[in-house]
Amino acid sequence: MTLTHPPTIPVPTGTRRLLAAAGPGLVDHERTHGPLPAVGPAVIDEIARAGVEGRGGAGFPLARKLAAIARQGGTARTRGRSGPLVVANGAEGEPASRKDAVLLRRSPHLVLDGAVVAALATGATEAVVATSAGLAPVVRQALAERRDPVRVTVRALPHAGFTAGEASALASAVAGGPGVPQDRVVRLSERGPGRRPTLVSNVETLAQAALVARYGAEWTRGVGSAAAPGTRLVTVSDVRDPDTAVVLETAGGAVLGDLLVASRLDRADPRRAQAVLVGGWGGTWVPATALDATLDAPGLAPWGASPGAGVLAVLGADTCPVVTTARIATALAGASAGRCGPCVNGLPGIAEQLTALAGGRPTRDVEHLVSLVDGRGACHHPDGVARMVRSAMHVFREDVLAHRSGRCLVGGVR
Amino acid sequence: MSREEVALHVDWTRCRGRGLCTEVFAARLARDEWGFPLARDGGATRDVPVLPEERAAAEDAVALCPLQALRLTAR
Repeated sequence: MTLTHPPTIPVPTGTRRLLAAAGPGLVDHERTHGPLPAVGPAVIDEIARAGVEGRGGAGFPLARKLAAIARQGGTARTRGRSGPLVVANGAEGEPASRKDAVLLRRSPHLVLDGAVVAALATGATEAVVATSAGLAPVVRQALAERRDPVRVTVRALPHAGFTAGEASALASAVAGGPGVPQDRVVRLSERGPGRRPTLVSNVETLAQAALVARYGAEWTRGVGSAAAPGTRLVTVSDVRDPDTAVVLETAGGAVLGDLLVASRLDRADPRRAQAVLVGGWGGTWVPATALDATLDAPGLAPWGASPGAGVLAVLGADTCPVVTTARIATALAGASAGRCGPCVNGLPGIAEQLTALAGGRPTRDVEHLVSLVDGRGACHHPDGVARMVRSAMHVFREDVLAHRSGRCLVGGVR
Repeated sequence: MSREEVALHVDWTRCRGRGLCTEVFAARLARDEWGFPLARDGGATRDVPVLPEERAAAEDAVALCPLQALRLTAR
């Protein structure tokens, strides 16, 4: 993936927290946030009260992960094993997301603070920031400016593809392994690579934890909705071209349509939007009629969607949704790590059938193929493809019907 | 774990669809169109629930898998 410098824009409905510092250096960071206060295991309860959930896609509560690691770390030490390891996930394999790159470039010290907070909370003596080769120097530069109570290092990932950021793949890469998804019967938090209890957490999630450690849960909940307290980073783009992306920091639970307007992207104008792919390429299509929905779990539940990695990829009214879905499915098939049979066989099959449908040619039952990949892999990559394709077949059912009879409802761009 | 609830865990990174498991544990497993084991109940096949009376067949499937892609896990 090419590295871009997406513009960031102050959102009228938003709040500057993660991106508040004037520059990426330590001086600007401490001028804005002050030094990191002393932190111990009690911060886990504060993070729980603040409601910090994972920003990498799965939305798992950070406090529960931290508590599990802290518990397992104690067990590991009494058995003479190595203590826990914290991995800050800055791989950003999601093709439509640019938020982690913006965060690492703009506020690397907040991410590093977050990694330190996670380490001190769990009794870990080491933290690793894993990111693309392009962003690693940014983090190294920030590290050179500071002294931390735990060892913090940077790991440049040789290829930050789609599955590189999957937790077991990332943990494997950090431990010097192949960096592909691993089969797991034991949780990483219990026993990761090198038998160490391992926390893998998205860089934005950790940066949010750094804010909670400084300002507390009540302050965190001062903005955002009850279901999505605080702020979150959102990437708005034209679904056909992720490089058009704009990254916003917004209050949690913002209205989808407002976020599209706030992006000031011509291609994201709600009046010309047909649908939005929410969460990521392995996310869920939401029709433009639902742009009054909020970007939080209750707001998106009627569509079976979730905020995921904060991606809003907009499909313009002049673009065929069947062609677009086929293109994304093809890209996702190509992004498979190639480890698991159903993914290796099923994803290209789905992509082929959708491509045939896009061209108005007869196809096999796509839904059947989708059912053969869902939940049948070591990682959740095929599950995401299943989710995206199922939502497309539902939201764009009129278009799908038209294509089955060799027509296309969109006269414009194919 | 003789009396507790168990599941048959498929390590998809090892499975190559040889299909022995679908023969010895046919009560639960069918083959998909590529030969990979597919839970007959239509559920996801990372972990297939195993009833106590199916335990012996599931253990055979684990033992016979040439790729060592199966194991029984506590549910």
